[in-house]
Amino acid sequence: MTRKVSLRVVEVGVPVGLVALWWFLSDTDFTSYYFPALRDIWASFRATWLFARVGSDVVPTMAGICLGYVISVVLGVTLGVILGSFPRLNEFVNPLLEFLRALPAIAAVPIFIVLIGVSLRMEVAVVTFAALWPILLNVSDAVAGVDPVVRDTSRSYRIRSFDRLVRVTLPSASPQIVAGMRVALTQSIIIIIVSELIVSARGIGHYIQTAQWNFDITAMWSGMILIGLIGFVLSKLFQVFEYKVLAWHRGLHGKAQR
Amino acid sequence: MNNALSSEERAHLSDRAVAPPKIRVDGLAMSYAARNAARTVLENVHIDIPARQFISIVGHSGAGKTTLLRCISGLERSTAGSVRFDGKEISGPPEKLALIFQDYGRSLFPWLRVLANVTLPLRADKKLTAKQRAATAEAALEAVGLSDAVHQYPWQLSGGMQQRVAIARALACEPEVLLMDEPFASVDAQTRSDLEDLVLGICRRYRMTTILVTHDVDESVYMSDRVVVLGGRPTTVAELIDVDLPADRDQVTTKSLPEFIALRTRVLQAVRSVRRASGPPVRDAQGRPTASERNGDAGA
Repeated sequence: MTRKVSLRVVEVGVPVGLVALWWFLSDTDFTSYYFPALRDIWASFRATWLFARVGSDVVPTMAGICLGYVISVVLGVTLGVILGSFPRLNEFVNPLLEFLRALPAIAAVPIFIVLIGVSLRMEVAVVTFAALWPILLNVSDAVAGVDPVVRDTSRSYRIRSFDRLVRVTLPSASPQIVAGMRVALTQSIIIIIVSELIVSARGIGHYIQTAQWNFDITAMWSGMILIGLIGFVLSKLFQVFEYKVLAWHRGLHGKAQR
Repeated sequence: MNNALSSEERAHLSDRAVAPPKIRVDGLAMSYAARNAARTVLENVHIDIPARQFISIVGHSGAGKTTLLRCISGLERSTAGSVRFDGKEISGPPEKLALIFQDYGRSLFPWLRVLANVTLPLRADKKLTAKQRAATAEAALEAVGLSDAVHQYPWQLSGGMQQRVAIARALACEPEVLLMDEPFASVDAQTRSDLEDLVLGICRRYRMTTILVTHDVDESVYMSDRVVVLGGRPTTVAELIDVDLPADRDQVTTKSLPEFIALRTRVLQAVRSVRRASGPPVRDAQGRPTASERNGDAGA
């Protein structure tokens, strides 16, 4: 109990302490053009992101992440279930999929720009392209690897194919599906910022790029901090989702360890 | 009657004369492709099982007991011969059949609570409402003494309780045929005899035709009306031994009956003689007989 409390203190205390340290160190006489005082960054942050540019820059970026991510989850799970259920088909397309996964999605951004043009649609497509492969490959792996006893059980009890999918195959694959989704979420955030940095008329990435062009280093920092915060919040939300979905898996594992 | 018929074939015929069998295994053979030649596991297996009979299948380890059960359950297609339920040849897991696996930890779904595990197969019956499914499942769980565990996850229960959930899941389907593949092999001795009695009671009460695959000779005699001894290479039915013990079995009194001990010896001898006939006895690295051989265990 006390250990748990002290862990919490460290977990919250260390980041807060580091920020405080940054705040006071950057507030001294030492000034660097590239490392502005945190006080100034915070002022810029408040002026920009609370909430002047939320509609013009934050919303487009978030829309790109969310739409692309949701599409890649739906597509990845669907295709993954199909590939996992037909080992022959999987064998056939697997080299291609491995190649596409190995290809950094960033390298594909120019193609998407040429194909679709600079738009939200392009960003969604790019995010989908980046996030799809880790999900797809994890799902097809997990579905192909469902425990034979689980298969035999559902066959001998003549469980309907819909129930078999929704109540047997997908839950059985869920630890791996969630692992793929976690990787995909990080990928989504990275790729949207990169594509905004390369070419875009709006978005947080574009804001940072413009700030750099204008030598507004403080504004750059505020954009970076915002991206960091968004990534942090999304990963925390994902943790909550994971905690709920995989409660059974944690219980099963916790028991096996004891 | 033709004198050229073997004793099995005669038994086969006489069963047919009395009542049509619930299950008929007819000339079943199973072989797998192995490198360049086919490896035959089962050959020419004939078993007739009258309705409501409890039979056990025993045999040395590797004899193909589980393969035979998988063929009877329709999970595997035999390479020759047929399995008939009520005279109809099966091509997949038939309705009104329930299967209990040895490994309850894997055959119960850890992501579903106990009740959901039991109701899942019932969802195939579209006539049942969710309430009716739950009621059926709860009744089945009550029959195995698990009314309190309904809302727990399987992994929160002990091994014996988990296997009782599996029994309840089978029971809820109201099967006419119950197949069990070494169902008590993963629980401790006390739990094992409790589960044996539970299953016996349930099979009687619900008038099920039951096939039990086991490696435990005592269990095969204690539980069944007839013991099928598998042996030979490739495996076939080596001996059919009728168990004419009183229908009401008791762990203490039944097992101390001289008839029980005589039957147990007979089954043991049958298992061991077909093993000697079919290959070298199982020895450990030092050339000593393995523990299972010393204990007179028929092997897993």
